[in-house]
Amino acid sequence: MEFKTHISVKNLNVFYGNEQALKNITVDIPGKRITVIIGPSGCGKTTLLKSFNRLIDPVDGVRVSGKVLFDGEDILDPKVEVTQIRRKMGLLFQKPYPLPMSIYDNVTYGPKIHGIRNKRELDKIVEYYLKQASLWDEVKDRLHQPASKLSLGQQQRLCLARGLAVEPEIILGDEPTSALDPKSSQRIEQRFLELKNEYTIVIVTHILRQAKRLADYVVFLYFGELIEHGPAEDIFENPKREMTKEYIKGIIS
Amino acid sequence: MDRRKIEESIFKWLMFTSTLIIIFSLVLILATVIVKGMPALNGAMITQTPKGGYYLGREGGVLNAIVGSLYLAGGATFLAVLISLPVVLYLNVYARRGSRLVAFTRFSLDVLWGVPSIIYGAFGFTIMLFFGLRASLLGGIIAVSLLILPIMSRAMDEVVRMVPEELLQASYALGTTRFETALKVVVRQTLPGILTAILIAFGRGIGDAASVILTAGFTDNIPYSLFRPVATLPLAIFFQLGTPFPEVQQRAYASALILTVVILIISMVSRILTRRFTKHIVK
Repeated sequence: MEFKTHISVKNLNVFYGNEQALKNITVDIPGKRITVIIGPSGCGKTTLLKSFNRLIDPVDGVRVSGKVLFDGEDILDPKVEVTQIRRKMGLLFQKPYPLPMSIYDNVTYGPKIHGIRNKRELDKIVEYYLKQASLWDEVKDRLHQPASKLSLGQQQRLCLARGLAVEPEIILGDEPTSALDPKSSQRIEQRFLELKNEYTIVIVTHILRQAKRLADYVVFLYFGELIEHGPAEDIFENPKREMTKEYIKGIIS
Repeated sequence: MDRRKIEESIFKWLMFTSTLIIIFSLVLILATVIVKGMPALNGAMITQTPKGGYYLGREGGVLNAIVGSLYLAGGATFLAVLISLPVVLYLNVYARRGSRLVAFTRFSLDVLWGVPSIIYGAFGFTIMLFFGLRASLLGGIIAVSLLILPIMSRAMDEVVRMVPEELLQASYALGTTRFETALKVVVRQTLPGILTAILIAFGRGIGDAASVILTAGFTDNIPYSLFRPVATLPLAIFFQLGTPFPEVQQRAYASALILTVVILIISMVSRILTRRFTKHIVK
């Protein structure tokens, strides 16, 4: 399988106060593939993911050094317009967070802010992206009801549709199925496998089986350090580092 | 009986009595106001301003104070919202989490909350002197808005603080600015709480006497300008109770009843509004 770099992380260090969350990470994330970041909880997976769209900015006492190149631009450069970076990356959280508005307004929230006002165009966007998230059939008759009334699984798909509606290039998922029931998780995974033809997808997970089902490329972090990264078959079948072997066998977790 | 059982029953008894005292105080206050005020309450009380000799027991009503209080508390609430909302959004959306300025601002608001209202009156009076203002509606509005500002801000702060960080991030992740997020997500999510905070502050403002005694003055007329003195219900009650005539004193209770009913209506409206706006809230 061939990999074309989409995001390039170079010597990334992140500190929260005196604690170093990421230690000198250098890794290339391939485009139009699913990259899975694995590792035990609290080892910096989420920090790495959030540094891609600079959501670690508002944390007090955070210090960042190194580079994250995205389309050749260093997104950590303070001069970069952060809203432009973020709209290129959709983000799913562990728990779905619908916005406090209707289903329809959730999907049009991003497009409206970025300047689309035409009602017919917005209608089209809502239908198109709800279909992409395979939610349309379930909600098409109640688009103007509160999003909070949906089930968790539906909410997470709504969040996916909402993220896709701003036409990102990348989808980031921070353990996006961990709050969902098995059936809903499966639907989300299915969406990822179909969407990877059009989007670069980066997912954080600590579920090894999920990583195996989804990953084209794997990044293994352990306590802020990048232990190993490479194509999924190499990491899972033939890991080079002892620690990776032990993690994949389930000896350490 | 063993010690723990006795402990348990004493504590139960204590809790029960305390709860009863709360309910009883409310009932007693309402009953006093109603029983003493009802006989003096008539159409004239709420539709007329005081005629000559009102405070000697002759014709008229307290319309001046009813309208005055609504003007004053309304104006003060409006002014306080203009300041509270930006403060609260700054504390919770713009400022970095854990910043010292945030902690210090919250501390300042708590201290301001504890400042007695007569101090706000005196402070407002000094400001008025500085600007060459006489006792007026504007002066009263300024003093009362200072009084209710910390109450409103902290009440709003408590609800806005509950907004999960992830909800903000979900909005940022779509490429929105903090301002867009604050206005479209945070305010919507916390609207019931914000409305409640506003109405609590209004209720506190309309009932306060000490802050307006120096700043708003008193008049038998309905004010037609921000620079004219204005009557308020708490002061009307105070003046009427201070007369030696029983029938005027009874009118004080009628005025108190009117004030209570105004506050009751406001809290009922706030309940209804709160229910209406909770529809979209994300839990």
